Parts: sequence; structure tokens; C-alpha cells
Amino acid sequence: TPLAQPDEPDLESKMNWGTFYAVISGVNRHSTGIGRIWLSVIFIFRILVLVVAAESVWGDEKSGFTCNTQQPGCNSVCYDQFFPISHIRLWALQLILVSTPALLVAMHVAHRRHVDKKALKRSGRGSPKELEHIKNQKFQITGALWWTYMISIIFRLIFEVAFLYVFYLIYPDFKMVRLVKCDSYPCPNTVDCFVSRPTEKTIFTVFMLTVSGVCVLLNLAEVAYLIARACKRCMSRPEDEAKAAWITQRLSSYRQNEINQLIADHSLKSKLTVTKKSPTEKGERCSAF
Amino acid sequence: MSWPALYAQLLGTNRHSTSLGKVWLSVLFIFRVMVLVVAAESVWGDEQSDFTCNTLQPGCENVCYDQFFPVSHIRLWSLQLVFVSTPTLLVSMYVSYRNHCDKRRILQVDGQEEELETLKKRRLPIAGALWWTYLCSLVFKMMFEGGFMYALYVVYDGFQMPRLVQCDQWPCPNLVDCFVSRPTEKTVFTVFMATASSICMVLNLAELAYLVAKALNRNKKRNIEHTINTQLSYCAVNLVNDQL
Repeated sequence: TPLAQPDEPDLESKMNWGTFYAVISGVNRHSTGIGRIWLSVIFIFRILVLVVAAESVWGDEKSGFTCNTQQPGCNSVCYDQFFPISHIRLWALQLILVSTPALLVAMHVAHRRHVDKKALKRSGRGSPKELEHIKNQKFQITGALWWTYMISIIFRLIFEVAFLYVFYLIYPDFKMVRLVKCDSYPCPNTVDCFVSRPTEKTIFTVFMLTVSGVCVLLNLAEVAYLIARACKRCMSRPEDEAKAAWITQRLSSYRQNEINQLIADHSLKSKLTVTKKSPTEKGERCSAF
Repeated sequence: MSWPALYAQLLGTNRHSTSLGKVWLSVLFIFRVMVLVVAAESVWGDEQSDFTCNTLQPGCENVCYDQFFPVSHIRLWSLQLVFVSTPTLLVSMYVSYRNHCDKRRILQVDGQEEELETLKKRRLPIAGALWWTYLCSLVFKMMFEGGFMYALYVVYDGFQMPRLVQCDQWPCPNLVDCFVSRPTEKTVFTVFMATASSICMVLNLAELAYLVAKALNRNKKRNIEHTINTQLSYCAVNLVNDQL
């Protein structure tokens, strides 16, 4: 078959990466500086390059794969043997899985906002201005949020490295060969099969692997940065201050529990009609308590 | 009408979901719809054009393809995703019905503008009839999810795509070998989508358990309150009688 024109990148798929971008970039507000750089690298050097360039290079990978035989089915079988899963699909899955841990952070922030809103409403200061302020509030990366952020970066690293390893297993050489020799049924003997655009594919493979490596380095740098910041915060605060901060935090949560308890009791007590309890035996009728 | 439009529609119902419901929606759209559109559709793109049979007999390829692939995986998954997303709209229909009733009531009583505004922005607690609607929507979701996975398993005899099928339908002259295009890649994606489907089912089950637990908790609290109230009012009545 003559080499067919590569398909135009699907507008639907562009739209969906766009929706994905909108969802993920919402996390940007709560990232560190390195996190924002990482996100830009992902979107510009990986997703954009994938959609705009790489998909057209691999577009005719099957139709342009020709074997030196007219035996029907030999093409399909040899293609399937040498390319169990296409580079493009691996990269798309890798990008989706690597970007998703950022949503853990977004979920944590949404949960915190929800809790703050409830607390504000309970204390009776639920004016629209204060609620708006909570919506736009930017949380410091400390405490539980620090741990969530750390876990999301570690997952990112794990997925990134796992996919690089899978790539290495399936395609041990980053170089795309020009010719493969195949003798699976129904090919009559060992036939030569020719891959379409091997050099261009090699260039893009090298590019994507390099950017992948850069992203891994950025993630490692972010981990180091977060740890350094946490240590600095621990050490720069004098010990008593740290203890005082810890005590204040415990007190405020204890106070909150007390307030909750009072509110619960108040809603019960308001249903009573008589409050005065006379001493002696008349009180004993209420001995249920 | 496309996937982003469906996403926008479902995002609107997010306000009245539990947190598990919100996680379910993200898993649905990122790991299933996105993967379907961005990756799976190009794998199955040439499924019929590249289905080759070892014969020159015209019509044999068409007939054999139709025999072994009655419904394509991609179409089954698209239908599954549409059916699974729709029960959430039950909940939003009920919420808008409630809002409509309350709006009418407020307008009758001659309420202010801001009351109507708070009505639009409020978040109904999941109790009473809304709880039942939500439960029904979860049950339907699980039924559709399980039904479609079972259908896929039955039609294709498992989740693996064979490399070679043998076909002897008329007009094929005898038993011919037919070769499927990209069987390994198709198997990988079938397993991936089946896994994502099971994860969604597990999330739905967890949400069901959470709703039931919340309802039982609420009942228990109400019973305790009721007991306390009756005891207190009994005490109070006795005290008043003694005073008189």
C-alpha cells in the first residue's frame, strides 16, 4: 500500500486535552514555584508536542508498515509482534497518570475550605464577604497539606519512572529500526518488514524521553525544596515558640470541640419547658440522669 | 453535543454529591472518557479496514468481520459511559424540582430577592427524599456498569483480543484465516478500561455504604434525642404536678 497521508489530529482529542488542562491547572495556585514550572513543562513540551507533532508522525504507523510479501495477514501479525503498544498511546497514558496526583492536592484544599466554611457558619459570621475570602484564600503548604503535596509528588515520580521502565522493556533501544525480520504465521518464511519514518520517530522518542527525564529532575528538586523548607521552619522557630504554637493549635481544636458540644446541648435544652429542680424526693423522679 | 458538554452538565450536579461522588466523577472523566477519546479511539480506528482475510473472495472480509465483531469495543464503552453518567441527572432533576416548589412558596409569601438568591446557591443536605433519589441513582449506576462489563465479556469471550480468527461464512470459499489488527494493544486497553470500570463500581459501593451508615447514624441520634426529650418532659410534668 502506498504511504497514506497522516490523519489530521482529532479536534475532539484536542478539546479533551484542553478540558484536562483546565482541570489540572486549577491546582497551580497551591503549588510551589518548581511545581508551576513542572506543570508548564508537562503542558508545553509534552502534551502540546504530542498532539501537534508526534501524533502525525505515528499517524500512519500501521498503514505505512510494509512487509515484503503478498501473503494476507502477514503485515498485521508482524506489526503486532514488533509494536505491541504504540509509543503515542504509552505517552498519552503516561501523561494522564503523571498529571493526576496533582488532583489530590486540589481535593485536600477543597476539603479544608469546606471545613473552614462550616466553622465560620457555626460561629455565626457567615457573611458573603467572609465566604468569598475563604474561596480565594491561598493556603500555606504546611502541616497536612505538606504531607498531601509530598505524597502527590512521590506518586508522580513513581508513575514517571514506571512508564520509563515499561518503555525500556518493550522498546529496549530508543532508536527506531528501519527494518525488522518477521516469521510468524502466516508469513511464508522470514520476511523483511519496513517501518515508516524511523528517523523522525527516533528524534521524537529521544525528545520525549529527555523531557521525561527533565520532569523527573524537577520533581526531585521539588521534594528537596519542600524538605528544606520544612526543616528551616522547624529550626528557625525557637523551641518554646514551637511548643507554644503546638499548644495553641491543640487549644483551638479543643475549644472548637467544646463549642460543638455546647451547640449540641443547646439544641436539646431548648426543648425543655421547666428547669427548676426541687431537692429531695421530687428530684429522684428524674433519677434517670 | 460531545464529551466536554456532558462533563459540564455533570459538573453542575457535583454540588449535591458526597465527596466519594466527586472522586467518582473525576475517575470517570479522566481515566475513562479521556483515555477513550485520546488513546483508545485511534487504536480501534482501523479495525475494519485492516481486518484482512487470507482470500480474494469479495465480501468474505465484511462477513467475517461482522461475525466476530458484532459491536465494536469503542461503541460499547461510549454507550456504557453515557448510561453510567445519566443517573446523576436524576438527582439534579429532584433538586431543581425542590427549588421550584420552594421558590413558588417564597413568592406566594412575598419574600425578598435575597431569599431567592440563597435558594439558588444553597446545598441541600442528603436526607429524606433526596437520600432515596441518590440511592436509586447509585443502584442504577452499578447496574449499568456491571451490565455493560458482562455484555463485553460475553460478546468477546473474555477480555483478550485474538490475533487470528477462523471463519467459514458464505461467501468465504472454505475455512479462511482472518487477522485482526493490533490485537495486543487492544487487549491492553480492554484490560485498562475493565479495571477503571471496576474501580468505579467499588467507589459506588463505598458511596452506598457511606449513605446507609449516615442514615443509620441520623436515625440513632434522632432516637436518642427523642428518648431524652420524653424523659425530660416526663420529669417536667411530674415536677409541675407536685408544685400544684
